[in-house]
Amino acid sequence: MQFGIFSVGDVTTDPTDGRTPSEAERISAMTQYALKAEEVGLDVFATGEHHNPPFVVSSPTTHLGFIAAQTEKLLLSTSTTLITTNDPVKIAEDYAFLQHLSGGRVDLMMGRGNTGPVYPWFGKDIRDGIKLAVENYHLLRKLWREPVVNWQGQFRTPLQGYTSTPAPLDGTPPFVWHGSIRSTEIAEQAAYYGDGFFHNHIFWSKEHTEQMVTLYRRRFEHYGHGAADQAYVGLGGQAFMASTEAEAKRVFRPYFDNAPVYGHGPSLEDFSEMTPLTVGTPEQVIERTLGFADYVGDYQRQLFLMDHAGLPTSLVLEQIEMLGTEVVPVLRTEFERRRPAHVPSDPPTHASLVAAGPDAPHHLVEPARARAEELAAQAEKDSQVTA
Amino acid sequence: MSRQIVVVTAGLTVPSSTRLLADQLAETTTAQVTARGETVDIEFIELREVAGELATFMVTGGIPTPRLTELREQVAAADGLIVVTPVFNGSYSGLFKMFFDALDKDSLAGTPVLIAAAAGSARHSLVLDHALRPLFAYLRAVVVPTGIFAATEDFGSHGLSDRITRAAAELATLVLSQGGYGVGGFAPDLAARPRRTSGTQVEADVTPFGDLLRGHSGTD
Repeated sequence: MQFGIFSVGDVTTDPTDGRTPSEAERISAMTQYALKAEEVGLDVFATGEHHNPPFVVSSPTTHLGFIAAQTEKLLLSTSTTLITTNDPVKIAEDYAFLQHLSGGRVDLMMGRGNTGPVYPWFGKDIRDGIKLAVENYHLLRKLWREPVVNWQGQFRTPLQGYTSTPAPLDGTPPFVWHGSIRSTEIAEQAAYYGDGFFHNHIFWSKEHTEQMVTLYRRRFEHYGHGAADQAYVGLGGQAFMASTEAEAKRVFRPYFDNAPVYGHGPSLEDFSEMTPLTVGTPEQVIERTLGFADYVGDYQRQLFLMDHAGLPTSLVLEQIEMLGTEVVPVLRTEFERRRPAHVPSDPPTHASLVAAGPDAPHHLVEPARARAEELAAQAEKDSQVTA
Repeated sequence: MSRQIVVVTAGLTVPSSTRLLADQLAETTTAQVTARGETVDIEFIELREVAGELATFMVTGGIPTPRLTELREQVAAADGLIVVTPVFNGSYSGLFKMFFDALDKDSLAGTPVLIAAAAGSARHSLVLDHALRPLFAYLRAVVVPTGIFAATEDFGSHGLSDRITRAAAELATLVLSQGGYGVGGFAPDLAARPRRTSGTQVEADVTPFGDLLRGHSGTD
């Protein structure tokens, strides 16, 4: 199972001293978190992507390339890559390039982005969000899998005799996750291609997360990629730790109370009940996190949001240290203890995808195409019998 | 089968004239349904009791609390609604609007709704037609023709109780005629029935990906 951290890259004033980090300081801090993650034995660092203040994370592959140069094992990922407003041609190039730089330590999480005004800056319309995610991702799969692409869709200039360079490392495209909080179409998309499904989890109730993951698992099986409990699931989590629960709450409360997204709203205690937020001892975080598998099933990736709401760099580094040294080692053991043998522990990696060989379904643009056609034909036949 | 009518009331004090009006509407509606040989269960939602949860729902981008989820499901399953607000600054109260803002936009489609407002002065009486009626028109509810406006001087007057009886009769008729969608012996056209949803559950019916991809695969 993979554990790591994910960041939205917000520049937020520290409410305890009124200090706002510069963009340079924020970017440097994120780099330090990634390096710390590798140092303390975490597996994944994922960066968000935004193109508006108060965020700094507009250029993920630049940042991930810089981190790749300073790490050896850390898997570099995104949370999320905007499949709606980015040109899929540029995503294909940038992330293949990052694969080459990092020795294949790359996967991506596709997301739509949720801020209406950002879309027109890139010539798009948020009302086309789902269609853009569908069309652009399909093109991205082709660009990574077909040596020469001829293509015409609704949203970008047609391609004639186009070859994306560099080709994916070892001819093997990176594994892809699809992140969505509410849109069932995106869970369906992940299931159709046999990709991973990531639920943010931290801004919603567990009942909702459970339903979204269940839907994805059911459709993953429907499209013939394996049993529902073998589908690739990732979850977000949010924690703040200290040696006692009281101390953790004392330190974290001002950041919580003033946080973007949920600050000035529910109490820390209420929010901890409504969402997976855990503010307490490492033991409490372990217990809560292990409980996630009780409602989503045994899963493959757990990412924690540690750096937001203006938390100072030194404090975040301490938190990552505790996560890596006190929490995750126990989680690894306990999650494996409960996992049935037929459920994969890790999601596909570059090494496992290369090992599976060039004839593996991963290399098809639409691995479930034949299965879907078969199912459609069967449905047609059934409806005729009924009629 | 007993019909379910939900009374949503936004009074702030205990007791409140808003709740008093709501009680009269509920009793009279019950009498009107019973007079037609049917039964009805009336359930009250006092918005005051969930004011904090509504605020949480708003500022967290819609993270539901268990109680709010229950109420949203209750409203989306109701056969009819009676909604009562105090008049603040010439309109419904903020609390009243917050509740309806927290509903799925398809919660009330095709649902009979009796609108009512309580105010200190008759000068606010247009609040029904200028604020409440458009709100429920947007939600595609079926608003009964008679709205009930009660100013302080109306309580205890015959005029008010007559109007309440008329509105309750209209609501009872609409609630009992629900679910037909067939005309005189023809099979009901279920497809024409408004589709309501509380928005609290993930839709289990998903559009097959082949349909989503159609026209977007770059080859067709």
